[in-house]
Amino acid sequence: MVTGDISKAIRRVDAVAKCEGTVKYVSDYTFEDCLWGRLVRSSIPRGIIKAIHVPELPEGYRFITYKDIPEGGHNYLHMIATDWKCFAENEVRYVGETIGIIVGPDKTTLENLKEQIVIDYEAQEAAISIEEGLACKGGAFVNDNNIFCSLQLDVGNVDEAFQKADKIVEETFETGYQEHIYLETNGACCKPEGDGYVIYASAQCPFYIRKSIAPLLGISPEQIIVRQTTTGGAFGGKEHFPDVLCGPLLVAAYVMKKGVKVIFDREEDIENSVKRHPSQVKFKTALDKEGNIIAMDSQVYYNVGGYLSSSFVVLQRGCFHVTGCYSFPNIRTKGFGVATNAFPSCAFRGFGAPQTLFAVETHMCHIAEMQGLDPLEYKKRYFIKQGDTTSTNGKIVERVMIPEMLDQVLKASDYERKVKEYKWGSGKGIGISFYNHGGAFTGNGEQALIKGKCRLHKFADGHVEILCGQTEMGQGFHTILPKIAAHVLELPIEKVIFLDPDTSRVPDSGPTAASRSTMIVGELVERAATLMKPRYDKEEDFVVETQYEHPEGYPWDQSTFQGYAYLGYGWGVCAVEVEVDPCTAEVTTKGIWSSHDCGHLIDERIVHGQVNGGILQGIGWASTEVMQNVDGHFKQTSMSDYIVPTSMDYPKQGVYFVENPYEWGPFGAKGMGELVFNGSGAAYIDAVSKAIGKRISKIPLPTEEVMNYMLKGQDLKEAL
Amino acid sequence: MEANISFRLNGEMVSISTDPLRRLLDVLREDLGCIGTKEGCSEGECGACSILLNGHMVTSCIIPVGAVDGQDVMTIEGVSKTEGGKIIVQAFADGGAVQCGFCIPGMVIAAYYLLSNNPNPTEEEIRLGISGNICRCTGYDLVVESIKLAAQRGGDVWKR
Repeated sequence: MVTGDISKAIRRVDAVAKCEGTVKYVSDYTFEDCLWGRLVRSSIPRGIIKAIHVPELPEGYRFITYKDIPEGGHNYLHMIATDWKCFAENEVRYVGETIGIIVGPDKTTLENLKEQIVIDYEAQEAAISIEEGLACKGGAFVNDNNIFCSLQLDVGNVDEAFQKADKIVEETFETGYQEHIYLETNGACCKPEGDGYVIYASAQCPFYIRKSIAPLLGISPEQIIVRQTTTGGAFGGKEHFPDVLCGPLLVAAYVMKKGVKVIFDREEDIENSVKRHPSQVKFKTALDKEGNIIAMDSQVYYNVGGYLSSSFVVLQRGCFHVTGCYSFPNIRTKGFGVATNAFPSCAFRGFGAPQTLFAVETHMCHIAEMQGLDPLEYKKRYFIKQGDTTSTNGKIVERVMIPEMLDQVLKASDYERKVKEYKWGSGKGIGISFYNHGGAFTGNGEQALIKGKCRLHKFADGHVEILCGQTEMGQGFHTILPKIAAHVLELPIEKVIFLDPDTSRVPDSGPTAASRSTMIVGELVERAATLMKPRYDKEEDFVVETQYEHPEGYPWDQSTFQGYAYLGYGWGVCAVEVEVDPCTAEVTTKGIWSSHDCGHLIDERIVHGQVNGGILQGIGWASTEVMQNVDGHFKQTSMSDYIVPTSMDYPKQGVYFVENPYEWGPFGAKGMGELVFNGSGAAYIDAVSKAIGKRISKIPLPTEEVMNYMLKGQDLKEAL
Repeated sequence: MEANISFRLNGEMVSISTDPLRRLLDVLREDLGCIGTKEGCSEGECGACSILLNGHMVTSCIIPVGAVDGQDVMTIEGVSKTEGGKIIVQAFADGGAVQCGFCIPGMVIAAYYLLSNNPNPTEEEIRLGISGNICRCTGYDLVVESIKLAAQRGGDVWKR
């Protein structure tokens, strides 16, 4: 029986089978009478396809392109934007763009045939970086300026504040690509079945896949059944990207009238999958005579790549988070999604927020340090509180417990002693960051766009099945959702069934993304279980259904981006302590401490695991995870040269929480999966920058970059 | 070119006729049904395909199957049925070591290899013991704690 405080940890329902290796991921299935597929891709970042030379293919092998899309079909993937082609036609916009798929029964033969396909291009000059995109290098290919999307947000009167300013400081921050490195690479299989198709995929959002690819064949989404297979990590990398893989598979299955599967190896996955958006954030900040901030003007640029896909939404979230955990009277934020000839960027844990949060945290440090102040004392002046205005002219609805969380972290890390003792440039440093993450879809999107539904089915034998589209990808949802239902119904958790979604069996409860699953779908389950409870003993077999309802009184205008962007934020404080070797510039992390407000925790051990993993992924992004794009090709293509944290790199973390139940969440829970990524990078950079006494404005920061800053960086006290 | 290759797999002799240059990982997964051995990186870097070869931990993605002729191979399917393996599996489940699970069979092998050679490891020794196994979900802390738990619970099992 699941009783008492729901936070008390229970065993994850999937743990034992995963340990014993009996769980099947997509590559573990043997699909009967199934062909292998290999994607044939562009090898240049921009150009015109002049000719494709395909060798003579043995029987049973076929090369499939956009020309195989039937009449009535549409060669586009219907993602958030509908601009990404399933197959390139005449032009290519990035290295790795799908041109065709070669299919056949034998993997080795297929590989040999693929190697013999030769594509002639007329190469064009490509724009790879944000600067090159903005300069329209090679000529604009989106609109007349390579700006895919833009927005502007105004709070107060920025121009007036700047006229009154005593000093104006300007600073630019840059962040790089980040590769997800989910341990399980992308893979999927598509089989014709009945008058439709069945897809098995390692994916976050089964409903996204069928909506995105059905138009390729001019069929309805319902004619495609998507069955999620156990997913070995995703982090946003399997939110929209499976559409890019499943589109060609669907067309191939249609042509061949047989199942076709593709499993990427690691090199193929890194070279040809989406990444976190590289960014540039430019601040112009107005200070009064006392050094107080009276206005902040920022310009946010994200490198979108060749197609828009989800990037406008990523950019919006970045802009909404650009003032971090601070309240300023006058704010102007402009955001631009820049078209380049790089592989399109897409969702990655944090969804645009980490870039701007890193920038504002570090900018705040620098403004304090140039005045000789400790950044923490300076940041404290601006902590946002309940009722304060946000960057979208909404209000903070909930109590903000940053002061309480800060106390926990200061105590655990012995921050105040260390910050006095470790002089700037002494080789030792302790840094601290503050961050938040708006839970769920922006504004009223949950009601206006998603309209999430969930069903609970009670069977005669007493079992209850949860029916929704939410996926387990490691974050613990197979345990969280049954735990909520079991708790309300006062049942043992074994009585609650929750399977990997099959789109023909479950209602669409929206994507497993945006830190919304526990907060939004968890509430749908809680409500459904509450409706079920009085009937549970009386009725044998019945179903209850719930649908999301947005609380009244918190308006949002999606056309102007004004109003209450988020009703509940997760909040975080993180401290990191480092030592830097004065000769080699190697950084050793001595301690990591964090406190988070995720409302009421549904399972404290699962949340603890999310904190540990998110914080390390965030420090990896800020330190060793260098991913360069040279002439359109990612330079790091393996786990030997793309360096993610190992067990030896960072010490055991101190993990703390505050209790701040969220009014509209199940048992008071809020979103937290992305929050825990959002701030550790800034804390790490703050620590390193104090240890070396230099101002750091660009991540990642591998050892050689630490050395560069040590040798020729600006001192922290230098004027900005 | 095919060759007859025989080796002990999880305590039982198996014989197959195959190209001796095929990766042991592929033969285990495709021919012998050992799907618990995972392919993560294909270059011996991530540890997802870890197995025990004559009692030593190795990555099966960089070993040609011909090299194990006459040798002793243990995969997660075998290790999880040993007394020590069962203790690790239970400790991982109780300690919160598992998230997406893709690295976990390899991580169980690493824990088994560590505890078999060092029944009472320190935190540092545990971190070293799993340093060849990349996990992107957990940040390692709860894996380390779970291995401590397995050491405690195992007691004499690890000293045999």
